[in-house]
Amino acid sequence: MSVYDPSDTTTPAAVEGGAETRRAGAFLRLLRKPMGLGSLLVLAVVVVLGLLEPVLRTHSPNFTSLDFINAPPGTPGWPLGADQYGRDIWARALSSINVSVISALIGASVAILIGTVFGLIAGYRGQRTDAATSWVFNLLMTFPALVLVIVLTPLTGGAYQITMAIFGFFLAPGIYRLVRNLVVGVRNELYVDAARVSGLSNRRIISRHVFYVVRGPIIISAAFMASAAISVQAGLAFLGLGSTQVPSFGVMTNDAFLNIYGQPVQLVWPSVFLALLNGALVLLGNAYRDVLAGPQAGRKRRRTRRLVGEAVPMAAPGAQSSAVSAATPDRGEGGLLTVRNLRVAYPSTDGSEREVVRGLDLEVNPGEIVGLVGESGSGKTQTAFSILGLLPKEARVSADELRVAGDSLLDGNGAAQRNLRGGVVSYVPQEPMSNLDPSYTIGSQLMEGLKRTMPRKEAKAAILALLERVGIPDPPRTFKAYPHQISGGMAQRVLIAGAVVSRPKLLIADEPTTALDVTVQAEILDLLRELQRELGMGVLLVTHNFGVVADLCDRVVVMRNGELVEEGAVRDIFHAPSQTYTKELIAAILDEETTRSDAPASPMGSGVS
Amino acid sequence: MIVFLLRRLGAGLVLIFVVTAATFFLTYGANIPVARNILGPSATQDQVNLLNTQLGLDQPILQQYWTWLTGVLTGDLGTSYFTSEPIASALASRLPVTLSVVLVASIITLLLSTVLGIASAARGGWLDTLLQSVATFSYIFPAIVLGIVLVYVFAIALRLVPAIGFVPFAQSPVGWFLSVILPAVVLAIGGIASLAAQIRGSMIDELSRDYIRSLRSRGSSEASILFRHALRNAAGPALTTFSLLFITMFGSSLFIEKIFALPGYGTFAFTSTIQGDLPAMLGVTLFSVVLVVIVNLLVDVLQGWLNPKVRT
Repeated sequence: MSVYDPSDTTTPAAVEGGAETRRAGAFLRLLRKPMGLGSLLVLAVVVVLGLLEPVLRTHSPNFTSLDFINAPPGTPGWPLGADQYGRDIWARALSSINVSVISALIGASVAILIGTVFGLIAGYRGQRTDAATSWVFNLLMTFPALVLVIVLTPLTGGAYQITMAIFGFFLAPGIYRLVRNLVVGVRNELYVDAARVSGLSNRRIISRHVFYVVRGPIIISAAFMASAAISVQAGLAFLGLGSTQVPSFGVMTNDAFLNIYGQPVQLVWPSVFLALLNGALVLLGNAYRDVLAGPQAGRKRRRTRRLVGEAVPMAAPGAQSSAVSAATPDRGEGGLLTVRNLRVAYPSTDGSEREVVRGLDLEVNPGEIVGLVGESGSGKTQTAFSILGLLPKEARVSADELRVAGDSLLDGNGAAQRNLRGGVVSYVPQEPMSNLDPSYTIGSQLMEGLKRTMPRKEAKAAILALLERVGIPDPPRTFKAYPHQISGGMAQRVLIAGAVVSRPKLLIADEPTTALDVTVQAEILDLLRELQRELGMGVLLVTHNFGVVADLCDRVVVMRNGELVEEGAVRDIFHAPSQTYTKELIAAILDEETTRSDAPASPMGSGVS
Repeated sequence: MIVFLLRRLGAGLVLIFVVTAATFFLTYGANIPVARNILGPSATQDQVNLLNTQLGLDQPILQQYWTWLTGVLTGDLGTSYFTSEPIASALASRLPVTLSVVLVASIITLLLSTVLGIASAARGGWLDTLLQSVATFSYIFPAIVLGIVLVYVFAIALRLVPAIGFVPFAQSPVGWFLSVILPAVVLAIGGIASLAAQIRGSMIDELSRDYIRSLRSRGSSEASILFRHALRNAAGPALTTFSLLFITMFGSSLFIEKIFALPGYGTFAFTSTIQGDLPAMLGVTLFSVVLVVIVNLLVDVLQGWLNPKVRT
């Protein structure tokens, strides 16, 4: 690659231009928000009041007049009245605005300067530089900053500007962490790699690319830090640190406090101005954060509100059967699991709904192993979760019929479903490690659901016996172990034990071997087969892997884009797949031996699996 | 765990050393006319020189530091230039006041922000709005304004609590509570919102994890999922936030004490700084850093108790 040529700025300029438009757009969107525009206006008005101080006041802020001691607000020439020394409160307030604004500027600038410089360096260089600077800044963050700011007052000779510079130094760790984390996140992104390949120097990369990413968050925290600096300056002046000749809101607050029994109204003025300044800054920061978060922010918030509880399936309005279900052979009643015309939809940002399962029919008979096969995004996991009642609450689940072991799951309340779970139906997840709570021992987690149905001692004995049964070498030890102390294969055995301990009639396994080492996969499949025979369970095995299906299943259901593609006995489908899609999936078995990744998603497939 | 704690203790000792050394050289090196301040403007230069010699201020600064450092290691923080009271005992007598306020504030903060954070994570809606309003409110009104308003309303207008002063717990628990509750509330208002937001965020993270779904699939109750599992795992990050908050509250208490006329740490720090009472200023610094280190170590121990991975 060529040596960097300063005149060759095509790549960075392109990025810069893009970022510039985005930022200009952000600023315009900020102005369009009532909160953003309002707080900007308030801020501007207050700052301008301070700048016009010489024009707007009639007395100097330190001028005292014995005739006007404690003059009430509205006295001619003394718009806000006078304090106990006969000084013009209006003039003092104007003067104090400037002190506050300068404090905010100094405090925030020092913090941003130090934090950004070191954050950029640490985040970009990484490794030792990062470790060392992070260590220093973490220590700095735990400094009792206010104590030091107070104790170091003699050094400043009473100048609040120097005090604020010291305070800004202590604010720097916040900016440092912000910048460092953002840079670390950005560092490995493609466009930075591309810039490096094209021969840009490290410094150019940092200043040109990364800076645009961190700018927004820095502006937001600058608003908060400016507010903090104003409050601390007021606090210090209130204590009487610094020159008493400089009027400031802290000094005014102190004067009013001393006068609180006689003239409580004098406390209002410094409080109002402080509140206006701080409020405008903080609300401006909030508004800018909302603007940067973009239109997605609203949706995110809605999602998070519904983390507790799960979606309750509803009966479908009208028994409309889809074209696919008409082709499904009728198996009659009496199946272990009967699903008819299952639909799962999620609300999307524009208010419409996106269907991820579209009228699926599914049947599992007692003692039968059914494979539910499809690529990621085909809706197979959504189908499994809707049977388990584990879909997030914003999901809309409906079906003509959804029945497990004779009990309908439709329109049932959460408690009824919960009783079914951990009893009649159970679940083996894909990723064993993340499905165990890291903070509790394996034993206590497996016991939790059981304790409702049997005495503690009995439950423990049952779990220990099962741990042995699923091939755990030392059950009592594993019982007492934490998840991080066992291997992934062991964890999956543990989860299988947890799933079958209640002797369920239907076991739903969601890609139970995908996350495991190849050597362990076969063992886990054998275990599932053995347990299925011992307990006579029906099994719904969700997988993208036709190899697993061939190994384990009696019957297979192929799904794509939320719809049923074809179904039949495993032998028939393998020998004579009628659909191209099924052929592709079968052909993919060979690839599985080397890669363990999900099957390639079709263009329609999206990440909702 | 032991190794981890020892490493953290080591970092804490470094912090104590660096901060006190920096403060020492900055303040002793600032050429504050200490002797002149003590003796007043009418004293002769000879008297000033004599006092400087007596206080050891005429010695090279490195030697003064060495004297101070060896003194500290034997538990001697020097004596105040102005009251001749040993710094250590002066600080010890003021610590209960400040700690009372900060501890009561911590309890209020922990209780309210945990409840608010969990409720807001689980239910959202108007609780989110409330949380944001409290946060904005605490930013808008600095502690001093809030403190004065509370004094005015509850102590002066309503006469519910004494406006000023401190009652030791041993003397009257009720009196003690009434004397610290207002300053504690002022400190807590600043912290509740940020801690609750942290708890809300980490609760939401935890509730969307796989193990929660697995627990549901095994029939765990919503209460157990929320409090036993999600909260326990969310507590780690929240605890770190709280340790920073504790330090901030300790700092803010320095401002608050003046409003409530509490004879605590802040009053002492302020007076000694104004007077240029160097040993007292260093004592205040040393005590503050030690407190920070102790709090951080306690948090580390709690993290180890919460998180089995840290323990092993």
